[in-house]
Amino acid sequence: MLNNRRFYIGGFVVSLFLAGVVSFYASSSPDGLEKVAEDIGFIETAKENTNADVALSDYGTKGVDNERASVGIAGVIGVIGTAVVAGVAFKLIARKPRTVKN
Amino acid sequence: MHIPDGFLDVQTSVIFTGLSAAGVAVALKGARSQLDEKTAPLAGLTAVFIFAVQMLNFPVAAGTSGHLIGGALAAILVGPWAATLALTIVLLMQAFLFADGGLTALGASTFNMSIVGVWIGYGAFLLVRKILPKKKASIPVAAAIGGFISVPMAAISFTLQYAMGATATYSTTTVLGAMVGTHILIGIGEGLITGLTVSAVIASRSDLVYGWKNNNQKLEIRNA
Repeated sequence: MLNNRRFYIGGFVVSLFLAGVVSFYASSSPDGLEKVAEDIGFIETAKENTNADVALSDYGTKGVDNERASVGIAGVIGVIGTAVVAGVAFKLIARKPRTVKN
Repeated sequence: MHIPDGFLDVQTSVIFTGLSAAGVAVALKGARSQLDEKTAPLAGLTAVFIFAVQMLNFPVAAGTSGHLIGGALAAILVGPWAATLALTIVLLMQAFLFADGGLTALGASTFNMSIVGVWIGYGAFLLVRKILPKKKASIPVAAAIGGFISVPMAAISFTLQYAMGATATYSTTTVLGAMVGTHILIGIGEGLITGLTVSAVIASRSDLVYGWKNNNQKLEIRNA
């Protein structure tokens, strides 16, 4: 059994490594839905994402030309961002109001 | 399986946004009574891990890739309510920060992954767990099967949305066949990742794993 600290730091570091380093080696082929849409033809109905020009669009960092760094930075920002949002959300959800007996 | 804008008409997008909002509200209520100070951090870490692994597309067939959805995985680790919330947070981050998945289609994508993926995956896990011996070693096996089944089920859920309100006019049967066929292959990857991850967490902190705890402890005392 790992203690809490080790377990959570370990899990977070593994996530950082996967999103920051391993992601570079991910397949760039279209995913299942996209491929089906291409093969059948309804990919043509896809509109450009309203959000398409955000700085991290499609897991690349705008202004970073090196592909390894571009996806790695996007991944690390995503992991940290998700940790902050999910961490705060679940902390608030789990907070039990003090029960008052009457 | 992040749906881009434009695939579904406005009416269908609105319906599924409503359904997803209702599902998330129910999940919020469930998670509130189930999560505590000890389990909340694992729910956060689960969202983080799923975000990371969703970036890792693996090849499944010529010119096709797939990636983990993580619905079954999250449900087994932290319970289905918190899992629905964790997946929804991941989808929100992806849509807003990375333009992955259309914003108008976010409700439909959430329905397929955060609700269908989580609850069908968890249901399948429970059924398999029932059949297998009541041992720790059974949990990753049941988890893998739950993960495997959740992916074609999410694909069927997309096909239902396509049937209800696609902007394209290709036959629903064609879409159904192609979606299920492709996603059975992706489901194999989902099952493997789900099984391996659950077995790693069970090996290091079985006391935190929802899908093992609530099998193990018949009686649970909670202070409401």
